[in-house]
Amino acid sequence: MDNKAPVIELKELTKQYGTLTAVNKLNLNIEKGEVFGLLGPNGAGKSTTILMMLGLTEPTSGYAGVCGYNATSSPIEVKKRVGYLPDNIGFYENRTGLENLMYMARLNNIPESEARDRVSHLLHKVGLENAAEKKVGAYSRGMKQRLGLADVLVKNPEIIILDEPTLGIDPSGVRDFLQLIRQLSKEQQLTVLLSSHHLHQIQQVCDRVGIFVNGSLIAKGDIPTLSKTLFESEPFMIEVEIKHPFSITGHPLEDVLLTMEEVSGIKEVNRKIHIACTEDITPVIAKTFVEAGLDILYLCKKEYGLDEIYQRYFEESHENQYHIA
Amino acid sequence: MKINTTLPSHYLAYVKSIPLLQKRTGKKRTTQKQSLHPFWAIVQKEVSDHIGSWRFIILLAMITLICFGSLYIAVNNLPEALANAKDPNRDFVFLKLLSASDGTLPPFHILLGFLGPLLGIGMGFDAVNSEQNSGTLVRLMAQPIHRDYFINAKFTGALMVIGTLFMALSFLITGLGILVTGQMPMPEEFLRIIGFIILCIIYVAFWLNLSILFSVKFKRAATSALTAIAVWLFFTIFYQILVGMAAKALVSPGLSRTGYRVQKLLVTLLDIAPNRLFTDATTTILVPSVRSLGPLSIQQMQGAIPSTLSLGDSLMVVWPQLTGLIAATVACFAFSYYLFMRKEIRS
Repeated sequence: MDNKAPVIELKELTKQYGTLTAVNKLNLNIEKGEVFGLLGPNGAGKSTTILMMLGLTEPTSGYAGVCGYNATSSPIEVKKRVGYLPDNIGFYENRTGLENLMYMARLNNIPESEARDRVSHLLHKVGLENAAEKKVGAYSRGMKQRLGLADVLVKNPEIIILDEPTLGIDPSGVRDFLQLIRQLSKEQQLTVLLSSHHLHQIQQVCDRVGIFVNGSLIAKGDIPTLSKTLFESEPFMIEVEIKHPFSITGHPLEDVLLTMEEVSGIKEVNRKIHIACTEDITPVIAKTFVEAGLDILYLCKKEYGLDEIYQRYFEESHENQYHIA
Repeated sequence: MKINTTLPSHYLAYVKSIPLLQKRTGKKRTTQKQSLHPFWAIVQKEVSDHIGSWRFIILLAMITLICFGSLYIAVNNLPEALANAKDPNRDFVFLKLLSASDGTLPPFHILLGFLGPLLGIGMGFDAVNSEQNSGTLVRLMAQPIHRDYFINAKFTGALMVIGTLFMALSFLITGLGILVTGQMPMPEEFLRIIGFIILCIIYVAFWLNLSILFSVKFKRAATSALTAIAVWLFFTIFYQILVGMAAKALVSPGLSRTGYRVQKLLVTLLDIAPNRLFTDATTTILVPSVRSLGPLSIQQMQGAIPSTLSLGDSLMVVWPQLTGLIAATVACFAFSYYLFMRKEIRS
């Protein structure tokens, strides 16, 4: 934490496959000890970016620096310090979990006795100590993923990069897995880069989030900042449903609501009225409806989570009109 | 002078003061034993994978079967072959064991020319693509090792297994020969057998490299296996037929200078097929009386006494075949190396 230099530094990173631009002029800095979430739909260029950071794919232009090394020209130095969990991780299925990890330790030139201690410690940490002698072919998906995490940690990395680590694990497994990542990052001052298209999972663990669409990072920051920049004009949304038949358009109540200072807009979506407000005036609105003699079936104050942020960015990116970040 | 005498002791004290070095020098023997170079770690894993796999066990069983089948026939046929006074090779008992046959089963080296490719293909056809498909390749490449370690280790590992296999088989045959005949192999025979083993290894290495090449090129293991087998069948069956057809169409029955040239070209074409290179080379090595692999004119044959060649002369005869096989092996390996280094490794 003492040195301020970012451990991951991407400058104008670009990757083109023929005419397709997979990653477009990406700029990103990640600090030591940070848990950064790379969020984006499938095919947004997340994996390509990660592969470029590891020097496994050559960028068309730009610079990818990891721990002060250029990932393209000195990948070995980078790979000594970075643990990478690919999205569809594979193990040698006819070997035991222990053997798989020992093999990785050997490739990292860790002396045998030290490797043995470290591997058994890691297996214990990810809760696989009882399955250590079982063949990986008999492991469940969640177990493989946990073995993958242990595998990544064998080399004692400074940074771990996890590509879609929660894919195909059941919800409780996901929660445990994310907790484990969080705990590891806090305990060992690990920098974690997590890519996913699952918003809620990212929300649970990440300090900062970058939203990645069509090869560009269109927004980055922590979640409150993201929602603030995005929904500055209308941070609150109240959703009301009135007993039918009823329509707000043309109803005298519409004018009443619109004259309120805090209300910035009214929309009717699927028989529900969406009232956008600059401040939280839910009680006032409820009261107004009741006083007008209308039967409220449903009233809800919506809060903007990552879902809405994500949705909003995708809407915008589809219309090609984003100018944020 | 003063500096020269004082500096080493200073330096020594300095070295001793570094705890890390102290530990290292103190534990030198144990650490050396403990840490294996990452490249050899991959080779070690490859070798143990091969030995433990069903595929290798089946191939091994097949090779052992043809080995002992041909050995049985050779042993039965041995007294007769050795008694034949007209045969200039009758002194080479152990070479006879490897090359003699009564016609029911082809001799060992011919059978090996036919089945050796299968061994090479079997060991290499899924070397790269299976690891890529199962996702272990990406995991491996994310470790601090050079990229070519992987493909080099694949080749080295398989080659070590093949080498050990052929060494063991040939020496087993020699040992059995000692038991059966009660004779000891002559030094020349021994050297010829070593030459034969080297030829076998190079020949199987060629097919191994070819199948590794296909395993880099094709994503599916089945495709690469089929392609390699297709190449093998082409050279063992169809190549001769094709050249034969071309010969019939091109060569006119009468004797002419161009006709001779075309025929010579066709013979050369036949000779450069890898299995032909192997059979020619092994025949020359195992049958010392073979003195030429091409057609000889009457003038050349005139005055020749049917006798054996020395090992050096046999090697001279076989040199083009040997270099041809090595060249084909190296070319295949270089091409697969090139392809692998440029390959997109994600699955």
